[in-house]
Amino acid sequence: MKKMITLNVNDREYDLVIPVNRTLTQVLRENLKLTGTKQGCGVGDCGSCTILMDGRPVNSCLVLAAEAEGHKIETIEGLSEEGQLHPLQQAFVEHGSIQCGFCSPGMILSAKALLDKNPSPGETEIREAISGNLCRCTGYQKIVDAIQSVAKKV
Amino acid sequence: MNSYSVINSRAPRLDAPDKATGRAFYTDDLYFPNMLYGALLQSPLAHARILNIDISRAKRLPGVKSVVTAKDVQIIRYGVSPARYDETILAVDKVRYVGDEVAAVAAVDWETAQEALGLIQVDYEELPAVFDPFEAMTEGAPQIHDAYTRNICAEVHQEFGNVEAAFEQCDLIHEHRFVNKRQDAAFLEPNNAVAVYDQLGYLTLYTSTQVPHYVQRTVSMVLKIPIGRVRVVKPYVGGGFGPKASASTLELAACLLSIKTHRPVKLHFNREQVFLHSRARHQFFHTFKTGVKKDGTLLALHNTCILEGGAYSSFGIATVYYAGSLLGGPYKLPHMKYDGFRVYTNRPACGAQRGHGGVAARAGFEQQLDIIAEKLGIDPVELRLKNIMEAGDTTCNELNMSSLGMKECIEAIRDHSDWKQKKGRLPKGKGIGLACGFFVSGAGYPIYRSDTYHATVVVKISEDGGTVQLQTGSAEIGQGSDTAFAMIAAEALGVRYEDVRVVSGDTDLSVDLGAYSSRQTLMTGYAAKDAAEDAKCQILEVLSEALNVPVEKISVRNGLVFFEGATPDYMPIRLAYIKEHRGWPYDDRPHDDHLTFKEAARLAYLKRGTIVGTGKYKPPKLGGSFRGAAVGTSPAYGCSAMIAEVSVDLETGEVTVEKVTDAHDCGLAINRTSVEGQMEGSVAMGLGEALFEEVKFNDQGQIINASLGEYKIPTALDVPPVQSIIIESNEPNGPYGAKEVGEGAIMPTIPAILNAVYDATGVRITELPITSERIWRALKEKK
Repeated sequence: MKKMITLNVNDREYDLVIPVNRTLTQVLRENLKLTGTKQGCGVGDCGSCTILMDGRPVNSCLVLAAEAEGHKIETIEGLSEEGQLHPLQQAFVEHGSIQCGFCSPGMILSAKALLDKNPSPGETEIREAISGNLCRCTGYQKIVDAIQSVAKKV
Repeated sequence: MNSYSVINSRAPRLDAPDKATGRAFYTDDLYFPNMLYGALLQSPLAHARILNIDISRAKRLPGVKSVVTAKDVQIIRYGVSPARYDETILAVDKVRYVGDEVAAVAAVDWETAQEALGLIQVDYEELPAVFDPFEAMTEGAPQIHDAYTRNICAEVHQEFGNVEAAFEQCDLIHEHRFVNKRQDAAFLEPNNAVAVYDQLGYLTLYTSTQVPHYVQRTVSMVLKIPIGRVRVVKPYVGGGFGPKASASTLELAACLLSIKTHRPVKLHFNREQVFLHSRARHQFFHTFKTGVKKDGTLLALHNTCILEGGAYSSFGIATVYYAGSLLGGPYKLPHMKYDGFRVYTNRPACGAQRGHGGVAARAGFEQQLDIIAEKLGIDPVELRLKNIMEAGDTTCNELNMSSLGMKECIEAIRDHSDWKQKKGRLPKGKGIGLACGFFVSGAGYPIYRSDTYHATVVVKISEDGGTVQLQTGSAEIGQGSDTAFAMIAAEALGVRYEDVRVVSGDTDLSVDLGAYSSRQTLMTGYAAKDAAEDAKCQILEVLSEALNVPVEKISVRNGLVFFEGATPDYMPIRLAYIKEHRGWPYDDRPHDDHLTFKEAARLAYLKRGTIVGTGKYKPPKLGGSFRGAAVGTSPAYGCSAMIAEVSVDLETGEVTVEKVTDAHDCGLAINRTSVEGQMEGSVAMGLGEALFEEVKFNDQGQIINASLGEYKIPTALDVPPVQSIIIESNEPNGPYGAKEVGEGAIMPTIPAILNAVYDATGVRITELPITSERIWRALKEKK
């Protein structure tokens, strides 16, 4: 069964006809070719597919695309403008927070949701905010450092 | 401080901006016109004979373009080591584990491919299965491969010196058993492959691999396509850690389906399939018997090990050798005996994972050193320092420590952690522990017997002289190798880091054995330096002729040319350069005070055509002449030491690692941030293995925790702050003195935690993971 939906992604409206069982991850990646959203497990365990829905971090693999209608979706592609990196992206680059990079889009969006809500979080709050985003490469230290450096600037 | 311009700094990684913005392409991000989607049918049984496969219904499903089984290919066995090629693309006659691949389908979309799998009818005759390696070795156990009686896949018996005689000289002999658990690498990116077979008979395979070169060879061998017609391209890879270091059914089936359909075919593993494919850390059952003198001098070790290998060999032969050979150092140990058995079982195949073969051995042995230190009343730091090897020493199994900052590592962590104030003085429930380790910096020999170069690199200067392109078949899998090579090439050429562009991970570019055995910084790095120097030499020759200045009197740094003695008149070169760029913007004009590399390189192009430098690396002949001497050889060894501080809840047994002080000798650090990144990542992975990771099975051979929700890896809340201390020795065989960090760094993590837990609780845990339950039971038993 298919359904026609309108999705608001990175401030742009997309009209789509999709099978009702397609997840938001699948639609972002396959229909919209916004492949910055990664799929690491498909069942909400790893956080690689994190996007912001109305400003809140959400595992997009657990959301049916049809359910996302009427919400404001922000993906990693919406974060930088005209090649200008968002301060969090810049900090991740400068602090060496990125190794394989597969968790980075979701990690950065979870960090953004935290800082939008709480501009100067402590280390524990940062670690809690990204605890749903698994990273196997970095040991998290340089990720925490990067987020802290942006928090300080704010 | 040294006088380098580019290396040894904290240059931001080349790939980081693309990865931070979601622009970086991984294999699953590739879409080709007219692409088909594949799926694999896997065995639901651990051991069964295949009586019949009926694919007729699946083939009739609209949208299905191809269904293949073992009958559709000539059976050519493959694997990792040519001595144990025991795998086929799809199961022939029987399946050997839950997950063994039986058939593959290509269809117009995922949904159709999945539906087709359900229409394939396989008739199995279930066979008795065996999951325990000790049981598998007994007479009469179900035999998994016809050629291997008692399921012994590989067996090693080595003795260096005379262990029995040495034990007679010892004042103390201690023996204990140590067991780890089967691990999953849990890289974030599940394996993916896209194969594109074209009308001219060329096959391009895009795949999330650590080793494009070996995948190319395997595809060529198994599908009978000449190597020159197979191109393997590795887009960005979301972590590998070992299991992506060999060709898989996923890749071969994608190729087969593309050849059959003449269309691009994409295949992927979901997370459960990643667990089923496995190829990660084995379970090792070690027994160590170590003898020492009263003063702590190590004399002899008898190490025996049984490895539960799963259904196929994968890297297993190397693994069983490594589980012995990597205890040859970093302590002076004159007598060492090793008996190892790798055993087939009806479980997914184990392979290589970070610290290949040596991690469990190191964990148990370092724990034993602590037991011995306590019995002798010697401080664990002192016991280690007493026996430590130094640069120039050779182990009893003929591994040459050409550089070794082991002593410096121990001293650094001792001093930075305040060991002397803490050891033995912490309150109950708090503990501190240390351990050491070392690892190869690149395997001394390729996986197949060959005189091949291990790495070749091409450095091409753009025709305007302004941009350097470094081409390599090596694999950037997240460790930062592209960045390291750009830095090395920039340093060698004398240009700016930002003017070097790296193209990598493509078998069309160069030969490179890939990202395994912590080899790329030393080996590919060496070839990168060699290639850059070759290109530079060509440019300076032309410049030398034009200016009539000997080459030895010209140097290049930060993109500028310097002359020893009087600066010659280079204005004719400059005027020609400016003339060629008439009308170009102001900021493209050369430097005010110096001739630039760009002008010199442009001149070289005008005189000689495109300037291309080539470089190569092959290790010298290494190691002894005994059987299996190759495993463990390396042109260099990285080493590390770590102190863990833990607190243990004595009621519940819960362990919290509170602080880690870690030191690693990586030779000269090419990129300091990347070195720390490897160290911190190793601590996290080792912490996971120490405290929670274990792939669990039911009695049917099915994995019961094949998800990242139930197979727990550390989150940001589990990993403590890590103080990373980089120790820099000067490795004579490495580029600018550099050597490994990627795997050696994990060696001390597990035993440092084990030793700290003992310090906190007074109980020794000899079976991983160190769960609350194990500590609680041990505490109860002690009471």
